[in-house]
Amino acid sequence: MTATTIDPVSPGPNSGRQARRELTKSSLRVGERIIEVLLAGAAGLSVLVTIGIVLALVIPLFTFFANVNPIEFLTGTTWTASFGDKFSWAKDWGVLPLVTATFMATGIALLVAIPLGLGIAMFLSEYAGPRLRKVVKPVLELLAGIPTVVYGFLAVAAITPFLQPLLGIPNIYNLLVAGIVMGFMIIPTVASLSEDAMSAVPQALRQGSFALGANRRITTLRVVFPAALSGIIAAIVLGLSRAVGETMILAVAGGNLAQLTGDPREEAQTMTAFIAQIASGDAPQGSPVYYSLFAVGALLFAITLIINVISIRLVRKYRQAY
Amino acid sequence: MTADVLSTRALDGGPRRDAASTVFLAALWTCLAVASLFLIFILLTIIVNGAARLDLNLITGVPSTIRPETSGVLPAIMGTLLVIGMTAVIALPLGIAAAIYLEEYADRTRWYNRMIELNIQNLAAVPSIIFGILVLAFVVRSPLNLGAVALSGSIALALLILPVIIISTREALRAVPGEIRDGSLAVGATQLQTVWHQLLPAAVPGIATGSILAISRAIGEAAPLVLIGATSFVTFNPDGPLSRYTVMPVQIFNFATESREEFVALTYATILLLIIILLAMNGLAIFLRNRFQQRW
Repeated sequence: MTATTIDPVSPGPNSGRQARRELTKSSLRVGERIIEVLLAGAAGLSVLVTIGIVLALVIPLFTFFANVNPIEFLTGTTWTASFGDKFSWAKDWGVLPLVTATFMATGIALLVAIPLGLGIAMFLSEYAGPRLRKVVKPVLELLAGIPTVVYGFLAVAAITPFLQPLLGIPNIYNLLVAGIVMGFMIIPTVASLSEDAMSAVPQALRQGSFALGANRRITTLRVVFPAALSGIIAAIVLGLSRAVGETMILAVAGGNLAQLTGDPREEAQTMTAFIAQIASGDAPQGSPVYYSLFAVGALLFAITLIINVISIRLVRKYRQAY
Repeated sequence: MTADVLSTRALDGGPRRDAASTVFLAALWTCLAVASLFLIFILLTIIVNGAARLDLNLITGVPSTIRPETSGVLPAIMGTLLVIGMTAVIALPLGIAAAIYLEEYADRTRWYNRMIELNIQNLAAVPSIIFGILVLAFVVRSPLNLGAVALSGSIALALLILPVIIISTREALRAVPGEIRDGSLAVGATQLQTVWHQLLPAAVPGIATGSILAISRAIGEAAPLVLIGATSFVTFNPDGPLSRYTVMPVQIFNFATESREEFVALTYATILLLIIILLAMNGLAIFLRNRFQQRW
C-alpha cells in the first residue's frame, strides 16, 4: 500500500477504532457519559495507587533523614537497625550490607535462570513441535505458580540439608541455596518471554540461513538468538526485577543477620528480608526502626522502578523491530 | 505458518547435523530436564512429607503449640477464604472496568491515557511487599486506621493483582474482532450496549482465565500480609471483614520459624493443601481456556 492511498474504511485496528470513536461521540445519552467517566475512574485508580506508594514511602523519609545522614545511609557498611533499643537513633544505618546481599542472591538466581531459561526457550522456539510445547509450557508455569513462602520453607527443610555437605555451607540459612531456589522460580519469566522474542523472529531469516547451508544449531545461535537479543535482555531484566523484589524465599531461607559478606554460603539479610523481619515482629509506630523500614522500602522501590523502566523500554524497542 | 515450520524442519538434519549439533541439542534437553526434575523433586517432597498429616484434624483443628501433632489450620483456611473472597469482590469489578475503558473508550493519542497504560505496566512489576507498605501507611494506620484486619489484607492483595486482571482482560477484549463492534454500532446500539451485550459475553472465557490466575497468585501471596499484621498467632476463625485473621501462606511462614519436628509435618501438610487448591485453580483456568475460548 502506498502512502498516497486514502481509504476511509481501511481495516487497520486504529483507523477502525478512530471511526467508531467518531460514531459514538454523537451519542446524546447522559447515562453513557456517566458510565464512561466511571470506567475512566477505575483506570485512573492505578495512578492514585502509584502516587500513594510514592507518598507512603517518601513522607517517613523526612523524619528518617532528619536523624540519619543520607550519605551515611547509602555508603555505610554496617546495619544494626534491629539490634538493641527500638527507640534509639544511635545505631549504624549503613544500608550497603542489605543491598549487597540483595544483589548477591539476585546474581545467583540469574546464574541459574539465564542458562536454563534460555536453553528451554531455544528448545521450545526452535526445536520442539507444537504438541510438546503445549505440554511443557503449562508445566513450566507451575514453577512460577508455587507460592514463594513454600520455596523458602523447602530450601530450609529439604534442599539445604542435601546441599550442605556438598558445598560446605556452614549454616542452614544462607544466600546460596535461597538464590538457587529463587533462580528456579524465575525460570518461567525468562523462558517464556525469551521464547516469545525468538518466535517473533521472521521465518525468512531462518530460511535464508538454511539456504546458505547452516544447520539448525548455527541458525539458532547465530541468526535467531542475535535477532531476538533485545527481547531476551528484556526477559532477563524482568526476571532480575522479580528476584530483587522477592521477599518470602529470602525472609525464610536467607537468614536475618545483616552483614557485608562476599561469601554466598553465609547468611545475610536482604532489603526485603529486613522489611519482613521488622514488620512481622512489632515495630512500634514512630520508632527509628519503623522509619528505617520505609527508607529501605523506598530504596527497593527506586531500584525496581529503574529496572522496570529499562525493561519496558527494551520490550518496546524489540516490538518495533519487525 | 505451520507449513513454514515444517518446511524448515525438513531442511535440517542429514549430513550437516554434526557432533556439535548433537551436543547442543543434548544441552537444551538437559535444561528442560533440570527444570522439570526440580519441579518433580519439590512436588514429591511436599507429597511424601505432607500426606500423613493431611487429615481431618488439619482442616478442622486450630494451631496449638502444646499439641502440634493433632492441631490444624482451620483459622488460616477460613481466613484465606474470607480475604480472597473480598479481594475478588474489590479487584474484579475495578480491573474489568479499567480494562474496558482502556480498550474500548480511551483515546490513545491523549497523554493521560498513555500515562495510565505505562503506569499499569510498571505497577505489574512492583514488588509485592511494597503494596504491603502502601496499605500499612494509609489503611492499617491513619487516615483510615482500620488496623490489622482482614479487609486491610484484601485491599493490599486487590491492589497487587489489579494490574494482572487489567492486562489479561484487555487481551481478552482485544481478541474480539472489530467487525462485532462495527455490526453492533451499525444496528444502532450505543457504545455501552455494544460493550455489555456483545464484547463482554464474547470475552468472558478470557477474562475468567486471567482472573482465576490472578486470584491464585493472591492465594499464595504472603509478603504484603506479613507487613500488615497477619502474622500473629490466630487460633479463632475470622468473623467478618474487620476481624483479625491469618491466611495459609502466612501460617506456613509462622510454622517455618518453629523448629519442632511435629511442626515440620504440619507445615508440609498445610503446603500440600495449599498446592492442591492452587493446582485445582490452575487446572480450571486451563480447562476454561481450552473449552470456551472462541476462535473467530
